[in-house]
Amino acid sequence: MSQTITPPPAQSSGSVTSSGLSGGDRALDLSTPGLLSGEFVQETAALTKRLFIQLQRRPTTLVAGVIQPLMWLILFGALFQNVPEGLFGTSQNYGQFLGAGVIVFTAFGGALNAGLPVMFDREFGFLNRLLVAPLASRFSIVLASSIFIAALSMVQTAVIVAASAALGAGLPGVVGLILVAAIVLTLVLGVTGVSLGLAFALPGHVELIAVIFVTNLPLLFASTALAPLAFMPTWLQWVASLNPLSYAIEPIRFVYTHALWSLGDVVLTAPFADVTLGMALLVLVGFDAIALLGVRALLQRTLA
Amino acid sequence: MVAAVRIEALQKRYGQVEAVKDVSLTIESGEVFGLLGPNGAGKTTTLRCLCTLATPDAGLIEVSGVSVVKHPKVARQCLGYVAQEVALDKVLTGRELLELQAALYHIPAKQMGDRIQNLITMLDMSDWIDQRSGTYSGGMRRRLDLATGLLHQPDVLVLDEPTVGLDIESRVVVWDFIRKLRTQGTTVLITSHYLEEIDALADRVAIIDKGMVIASGSPSELKDKVGGDRITLRLREFTPHDEAQAAQSLLQSLDCVQDVIINEVQGNSLNLVVKSQSDALMRVQTALKQAGLPTFGIAQSRPSLDDVYLAATGTTLTDAEMAAASARDSKQYRKENMR
Repeated sequence: MSQTITPPPAQSSGSVTSSGLSGGDRALDLSTPGLLSGEFVQETAALTKRLFIQLQRRPTTLVAGVIQPLMWLILFGALFQNVPEGLFGTSQNYGQFLGAGVIVFTAFGGALNAGLPVMFDREFGFLNRLLVAPLASRFSIVLASSIFIAALSMVQTAVIVAASAALGAGLPGVVGLILVAAIVLTLVLGVTGVSLGLAFALPGHVELIAVIFVTNLPLLFASTALAPLAFMPTWLQWVASLNPLSYAIEPIRFVYTHALWSLGDVVLTAPFADVTLGMALLVLVGFDAIALLGVRALLQRTLA
Repeated sequence: MVAAVRIEALQKRYGQVEAVKDVSLTIESGEVFGLLGPNGAGKTTTLRCLCTLATPDAGLIEVSGVSVVKHPKVARQCLGYVAQEVALDKVLTGRELLELQAALYHIPAKQMGDRIQNLITMLDMSDWIDQRSGTYSGGMRRRLDLATGLLHQPDVLVLDEPTVGLDIESRVVVWDFIRKLRTQGTTVLITSHYLEEIDALADRVAIIDKGMVIASGSPSELKDKVGGDRITLRLREFTPHDEAQAAQSLLQSLDCVQDVIINEVQGNSLNLVVKSQSDALMRVQTALKQAGLPTFGIAQSRPSLDDVYLAATGTTLTDAEMAAASARDSKQYRKENMR
């Protein structure tokens, strides 16, 4: 239901000049455009464009974001170059084993940083500019960041996949590659949500960077990114099996090593259960749901 | 006739600080309304409540008769808010920023180019609008910000301290532009702690102090209320103090003179409060001549808004300004302004 109030014409007759200023006799629309309205698309597109213009003029983030995973692949991959074959499960070599871990860890790190630009917008007051505008929904601010981070992580993933292939890790099939992209996007969505939630909840960028710092590496080490579960003591196996990163890493690793795979294949032998590929995907979707519901309250406090 | 903006008994506190205690004002369509007060008086908080950046604790705010608390999007559509501290994305060019702003206000793509071009011409920005905004001077930034505030053709343009920190030349550009807007019938709400700015621009003014409106009306009405005219008298370019004192006691005895103060900062010139519409100026000159005292310069003027402020609060605006500046908690300030 939309309701329209028309205020009486302005006393001064609001002489509209060539510049087209003033308009005392405009109708006030009290209705709220929805999430699928043209207005929402327009504002989301504009906010996303801003992020891409920034990237184009300051490409350092992307360059560093591509170089870093390559260093992981080359340097960390070389660390275990000479381990006996078969030690890392079905992977032919450590490089192949590590590839899945680097893909997920890179996407995770990028998404974890998604809140930083928003935090700087808050601190510099640019966010106020957005908040005084009649946005169809302030969710467009969140969506624009998510689109940007997702696009960035797709580029990074493509580079890592190509580099791993060049280093002898092989390539999954086309459907496998699509699955890899879908898994990365699902993880990125949830983590970006968490990061944006933090960007609105924490007092400043110093605190946000601190949180990112203490989350990033521990979550990497307490996952199956660098070593299989079998290498770990039981308590760490539990931690790694509760870590959402493992549920993104293991399916990707599985499609890398198995030309033939199905959703029913077991990809992770957790201490509490065998996890199939399908279940792992469900866990990721569940993680997204919990993350997004959890940050909704945080976002609404500022963006309602 | 619905008022462009109506604020009634507005209250807003941040923690222990009562930023706005009781502010009521009505802005008619087509007028330039000035909100005058020292830093920390509650001007910006009032504007933040009006522009939906802060939620009032109590009171009513309406824009064209619509409550901004109940219908924030309507308020946002109707208001063009130009904040005090301009936040630009320094990587974007001015034009890109205007395009972003246009999209945030859902201006159709077809109209966008023309409107932006109009504002670029009107504010004389064409030479630098395609440079990155990080390279802009204060005056350029302020002009760009005026453009962003006007892009969606708001009913009311809200300017928070539009000339603070600007050089004289840029200030004149901004003043001229606001005058131009008034002739076009745009309603403007402007805050300032510069008396001469409000005096020069505003049709009506509300003087605000410690979160309360202490006087309101047209600048002329307010000055009449304070009463009397002011005469500034210099006996010599730099008058010796004893000579100034002699003149002081002489002039004090005239019945048209209400008060005489020696202004030591201005070379011992004399500031007189005299009955308005009287022949005080002539009588002062005659009295000086008869007593054999010289006259280097003498000028009569109406009371200033500073006199209005002084009469209402017992302190000059400049002194209040200094006191507020030293009491200001910058961390608290940052917190209030961050969302």
